[in-house]
Amino acid sequence: MIPLSHYLVLSAILFSIGTAGVFLRRNLITILLSIEIMLNAVNLSFVAFGRAAGDLDGQIIVFFVMTVAAAEAAVGLALIIALFRHKESLNPDAFTSLKW
Amino acid sequence: MPETVAFYLFAALAVGASALVIGQRNPMYSVLLLIASFGALSGLYIQLDAPFVAVAQIIIYAGAIMVLFLFVVMLLNAPREDAAEWDRTHPLRQPGITRWGSLLAGLLIVQLALALSRMNELSAPVATRTDAATVSSVHELGRVLFTRHTFAFEATSILILVAMVGAVLLARREDHA
Repeated sequence: MIPLSHYLVLSAILFSIGTAGVFLRRNLITILLSIEIMLNAVNLSFVAFGRAAGDLDGQIIVFFVMTVAAAEAAVGLALIIALFRHKESLNPDAFTSLKW
Repeated sequence: MPETVAFYLFAALAVGASALVIGQRNPMYSVLLLIASFGALSGLYIQLDAPFVAVAQIIIYAGAIMVLFLFVVMLLNAPREDAAEWDRTHPLRQPGITRWGSLLAGLLIVQLALALSRMNELSAPVATRTDAATVSSVHELGRVLFTRHTFAFEATSILILVAMVGAVLLARREDHA
């Protein structure tokens, strides 16, 4: 059987991939995708810890994280559409001014 | 033994697909690869006796959120990153402080590995301590969700409503305002 630590290491690797994506990519859509990777990495540890503890709270909070991720994706993508309409670019370096 | 093989298969698929998401220059490929990664994670949730989360992962993440991403990528006509601009502005090519991102991600994984290696009790198999039936029951999950967590559940519905209004407001064309 798989030890709990294997799931946690996998979750850590996925979270680091997401962090690297947020820091390294210069495309707003890919940055949002990296945030989704990080949310999923955390979900995996929630479910693994919940399974080890034998209660349902791990799965309950994953449900809430998914809801927040859906809300975040909707608002984030709407922001990206609004930004792209103004500057015709998805590079975050193009949006350094607070006002245009 | 099949469980071990399946775990490493799904884990390798999830890590590989996620790494490729970061590596792609075309956002369309990134979105499709992320769907593959979510599918692998859903297999891991099945192994963890969480069928509800596994199915919700497919329906909500792969089905709804990723389709929303695909929709926006296509709506914006999939502006792939220009190779010359990529070479000029990519953080790994920059001197000094802009390389901190990769360093921070590397440090994060080292720190997480160190923290995990100190915890000996985590090496016990995840599924042997408790009965699978107690955590895999969707009936029980719904009962807990609608009794103990009712307030949080109702708060989520407000969140969804606010997000919906916000998305409509933000994506609206301003000349019609």
